[in-house]
Amino acid sequence: MAAIAMPKPSQETLKKRSKIVADLQKIVRGEGVICDEVEMRPYETDALTAYRQLPLVVVLPETVDQVSRVLKYCYDNDVKVVPRGAGTSLSGGALPLEDGVLLSMMKFNRILEIDLENRAVVTQPGVTNLGITTAVQQDGFYYAPDPSSQIACSIGGNIAENSGGVHSLKYGLTTNNLLGLEIVLITGEVIRLGGKHLDSEAYDLLALLTGSEGLLAVVTEVTVRVLQKPETARAALIGFPTSETAGKCVAEIIGAGIIPGGMELMDKLAIDAAEDFVHAGYPLDVDALMIVELDGPEAEVDDLLKRVSAIAEKNGSSYLRVSQSEEERNTFWAGRKAAFPAVGRISPDYLCMDGTIPRAALPQVLQEMQELSEKHGLRVANVFHAGDGNLHPLILYDANIPGELAAAEAFGADILRLCVKVGGVLTGEHGVGIEKRDLMPEMYSEDDLKQQQRVKCAFDEKQLLNPGKMFPVLHRCAELGFMHVHQGQLPFPDIPRF
Amino acid sequence: MGEGFHPTTADELEAVVKWAAAERTPLEVIGSGSKRNWGRAVQSAHTLRIDGITGVIDYEPAELVLTVKAGTPLTDVQTLLKEHNQELPFEPADLSAVLGVAAQAGTIGGVLATNLSGPRRLKAGAARDHVLGLEAVSGRGEIFKAGGRVVKNVTGYDLSRGFCSSWGTLAVATSFSIKVLPRAAKECTFVLLGLTPQEASSAMSEAMGSSAEVSSAGYLPKGFCPLSLEHSITLLRLEGIPVSIDYRLDKLRSILKRFPSQELIEGQASRKTWGDLRDLIPFAGSDKPLWKLSVSPTAGQQVIAELEKRFAIKWMMDWAGGLVWVEMEGEGPHDVPLRRIITENGGGHAMLLRGSAELRASVDVFQPQIETLMGLSKRLKAQFDPHGILNPGRMYAGI
Repeated sequence: MAAIAMPKPSQETLKKRSKIVADLQKIVRGEGVICDEVEMRPYETDALTAYRQLPLVVVLPETVDQVSRVLKYCYDNDVKVVPRGAGTSLSGGALPLEDGVLLSMMKFNRILEIDLENRAVVTQPGVTNLGITTAVQQDGFYYAPDPSSQIACSIGGNIAENSGGVHSLKYGLTTNNLLGLEIVLITGEVIRLGGKHLDSEAYDLLALLTGSEGLLAVVTEVTVRVLQKPETARAALIGFPTSETAGKCVAEIIGAGIIPGGMELMDKLAIDAAEDFVHAGYPLDVDALMIVELDGPEAEVDDLLKRVSAIAEKNGSSYLRVSQSEEERNTFWAGRKAAFPAVGRISPDYLCMDGTIPRAALPQVLQEMQELSEKHGLRVANVFHAGDGNLHPLILYDANIPGELAAAEAFGADILRLCVKVGGVLTGEHGVGIEKRDLMPEMYSEDDLKQQQRVKCAFDEKQLLNPGKMFPVLHRCAELGFMHVHQGQLPFPDIPRF
Repeated sequence: MGEGFHPTTADELEAVVKWAAAERTPLEVIGSGSKRNWGRAVQSAHTLRIDGITGVIDYEPAELVLTVKAGTPLTDVQTLLKEHNQELPFEPADLSAVLGVAAQAGTIGGVLATNLSGPRRLKAGAARDHVLGLEAVSGRGEIFKAGGRVVKNVTGYDLSRGFCSSWGTLAVATSFSIKVLPRAAKECTFVLLGLTPQEASSAMSEAMGSSAEVSSAGYLPKGFCPLSLEHSITLLRLEGIPVSIDYRLDKLRSILKRFPSQELIEGQASRKTWGDLRDLIPFAGSDKPLWKLSVSPTAGQQVIAELEKRFAIKWMMDWAGGLVWVEMEGEGPHDVPLRRIITENGGGHAMLLRGSAELRASVDVFQPQIETLMGLSKRLKAQFDPHGILNPGRMYAGI
């Protein structure tokens, strides 16, 4: 087990385990409650596999009423709850707690309504991201956010993480494609927000819930916007002699007013690994490879491809290939989409980081990242969503060599500090979870973090939902209420009045 | 006699809020005050104006991000962006004509506090979708930041978007980072003449469900305004590069060929048409109650049909039917039947945009919330503004 500390388990809860299990079995009957150690094993970790913990008990409810009663039971008995979707979180968002109920939402696996006239799909949260697209694609529609794990990740998990994907530059993140939610609070109260209409009434709770990492409520129903698939999509594979020139080209394409459907960059190590793995036909004599995808009507795509090619040439590109068929376009992407497992083949272990930076800082960040790589004595392969400045440095290490995981984590933390230093953020799409929890003060002051926790206190005053994630320090809600009061009689003579 | 505070820096603003919190004395928080006739009136002795806190903090056109102080006039923001051939994609309205106040006086802070979006909201998203970060002072007098200056960011709760339609009741923003986009090279509007509301609804739905990438879709009934004097008008707006627009226009013509009476509004005329609808010009010069209805797009025409059975109304549809503007004859109050009709037709919400002070004091201006949701809203308010000093009652009693 690595170094990040979780909240101390409640001995009282641990002692009451068999009673809690029995009580939960009365709410969710049959196989919906798992308490056997061997059967709980698959739930001990998510996609951040360096961390493992068996939960107190696993519960798989099937109805909203069961979710509500389980949560109310936990609220009444001060039992912690960790919600879980498909378990693909890269930041440990679904890591269980020893004294916490693991609430798996994967039995909520039905699409409830397809309303193409209003371009909306109503679904249960356990349906996969790709499952939504699959359900509407025969009519030419799709769900735009496309995280790389879309074949496995659940839409409920996408809400929790505000997932993006390679097309988020043009089509937005989960938050921009979400219309409505049904949620259950820790008190068991069921609340519906939004619907098929646009914009929320009163406070925008949809915005607060999207990306809240399972700390505010459990989602039981989701309404998303679906879009008509673009008629044409073509991709260009562009090679550059250096990462810096590639970075400059990215900025110029955006600066020219072109918003590609996707714009990705890979560095030398990632290109070589991907090519060796999937044989996508990538050039091996370049230092940086860009995939630019333009989508829309054919005439528009042709026009934009010409402009992109001209900008690339101006920036010294040394390789250019434009996809001539759908098959070729998919081959271009195959290498990129397999980049993580490809890197997994050249190193026993790797750590995937997820900072976002202003695009203009890309050359500087790449340079400093190389220096950090030498300092920590570990290699780094770089894959980025270049269009929106979202970096995925993959730090290569070997967990069997004592000290290498710690070195990799220290290297990762340095990369994220670098992102914040240049005006960026700790995480672009993978979430804070436990992984980046202790780095939050690098980006936010204590007062900034207090405001975040105040949202938590409005939803979950007892802090029973997914504690130990996102916040480096857990303040009790009552402590946060403290306020410096300094009495005064309009003591601000300098402030202009009207 | 109340004070009118007019700070010019975030620190001065923080000092005012700290004082008000210590004194437990409410503040009416406004930008320039251009939306004061909208929403519920605030009962407070003191006013805090933020339109002294102005200026651009950072703008790199190639980054597509603008960081600007909250009191900056909207027109300044728009002018600056236009110089770089960019714009606010959600095209906020200037409601001065319909609210009967001085034109173009609003601040960017006021736009975001009310999540004010225009016709292009349909494709581009709302004001809140474009907010990347903010700095603000909470009702406790704590200055804080949330979000950042980059497009992709999931570091902590999304307070910047979450605070966007809170009408200054949770915190007072001092600056925002906003995502901007290039202006389209060209625009035009494809028009269908003489459709019934039902036909228009299905035409808009078909257009939106096609790959024609329609960016705005509206319907003006016959006699509604000069443009629709003789026929009803269904408007479908296309924006982009010329070669793409031509292609998509052909596509629309072919999808909607069963409606043979077709016209085209091009260039500047198209921009003016959408500008007028965005600013609700056809409803200007009246003081009759004007309601904003947000419903499922295909339910818009059903809601109108039900309303017409019971009331004399003047109306138009935007957002492909998902946004219905309804001017009511007579003072009403109409809120209860109006909201019942929305509930019976797929749900949504209604907000009173224009109404006399008496009307706004006596009806629910914002959609009433069920008890559990109201409880949550009140807890959120209590966390950020425990003494209820920021715009108390501006949205709901008790918030």
